[in-house]
Amino acid sequence: MFEAYFPVGPGLGLEENFLSLDDILMSQEKLPGRAESALPRLAFALGQGAGTGDSIPEGSKLEIPLWLAKGLHDSKRRIISVELPKIYKEAWRTVFSADANVVDLHKMGPYYYGFGSQLLNFDNPENPEIAQTILQTFISRFRRIMDSSQNAYNEDTSALVARLDELERALFQAGQKGLNDFQCWEKGQASQITASSLVQNYGKRKFTDMDG
Amino acid sequence: RGSSSSRSEAKSGRTDLIFLIRFRHCCLLRNQRCLLAYLYDRLLRIRALRWEYGSVLPNTIQFHMSAEEVEWFNRYKKSLATYMRSVGGEEGLDLTQDIKPPKSLYIEVRCLRDYGEFEIDDGTTVLLKKNSQHFLPRWKCEQLIRQGVLEHILS
Repeated sequence: MFEAYFPVGPGLGLEENFLSLDDILMSQEKLPGRAESALPRLAFALGQGAGTGDSIPEGSKLEIPLWLAKGLHDSKRRIISVELPKIYKEAWRTVFSADANVVDLHKMGPYYYGFGSQLLNFDNPENPEIAQTILQTFISRFRRIMDSSQNAYNEDTSALVARLDELERALFQAGQKGLNDFQCWEKGQASQITASSLVQNYGKRKFTDMDG
Repeated sequence: RGSSSSRSEAKSGRTDLIFLIRFRHCCLLRNQRCLLAYLYDRLLRIRALRWEYGSVLPNTIQFHMSAEEVEWFNRYKKSLATYMRSVGGEEGLDLTQDIKPPKSLYIEVRCLRDYGEFEIDDGTTVLLKKNSQHFLPRWKCEQLIRQGVLEHILS
C-alpha cells in the first residue's frame, strides 16, 4: 500500500513529458505520411530498400514513428507531410460520436488520447474537430470506467480493461487502488506494516543473468 | 559513410543531404531521450528504496547499481538524515518510521526466514528462526518487516 516510487507520468495536451516512459512508448506509434521530395540514402532506414544507398522516391507513402514525424515535419512540408491515422478521420469520428462506449480503444492503437493530442501539433485543418472528438469520447466513457473500477473488488478485471486505452487503464487502476485501500482500512489492516513491494519483486527475480 | 562525410558534402553544395543530417539528429535525440528516461527511472526506484527498505541496501540490489548510483544513494541518504535531524527538536525525527499510524507499542511478529540473534532494548536477545513467533517493540521490528524478514501479525 505504501509506495515511494512515483514514475514520471505522461504529459497532458500538446507537450510530452521528456522523461516519461509512457510518452516514449506512445511516441513510438506510427503514423502515415508522404515523402515530399526524394530522400536519398534513407530507404534502408525507413524499411523500404535493400541497399544502403537507395533513395526513397518523391511521393512515396511512409509509415513513420511519431517522434520522427515531429522531428522532420515543418509547416512548409519540405521533407515529409503527415496524414491522420484513420481513427482520427471523419469516418471514425462519426462512430465515436454515435456511441463511444462500444469502441475497443486498446486495439485502435493503445494510446488513443495521448497520440491524438500529439497529432494536434501538426497544423491540420481538422484539428478542432479532432480535439472535440477526443474530448467527447473521454467524457462518454469516463463514467463507466469510474463505476466499474469502484465496484470490482477482488475480481478478475481483465474483461473490464480489455477495451480501454492506456490513459483509461491508468484511471481504472487508480480507482482500484482507492477501493482496495478503503477495504483494507475497513478490515482494520491499515495499520499492518507490510514488506516493501520493491523487495518482494526483486526477491522473485533470480538474477540468473549474473552468470551470463 | 559517416555523418561527417554527409556534412562535408552538404557544405559543398549537396543541399538535398541536409535533411539526412536532420534525420540522423532526430535519431540521436531519440536515443538520448530514451537513455535519460531510463537512468532517471532507475534513480526514482533507488530513491524509493531508501524509504521502503532502509538505509542499507542488500547486496543483490547493490550489485546491479552503477558506482554513480551508489554515490547518489549515499548522498541522498545523507541529505535526508541531515533534514530529519533538523526537525523535531533535539533528537530529530525519523520520518521513515511509523509510515502507517501505529496502534500499539508492541506487536506480534512471525519470522519468515532464519535471521539469527536480535537484541532488544533491555539487553535481552531473541533468536529469529524461521516460523518462530515473538511479541516485540514495534520500533525495533519495523525495518525487518519491511525487509521481508518478519511478518506483522494482526490479532
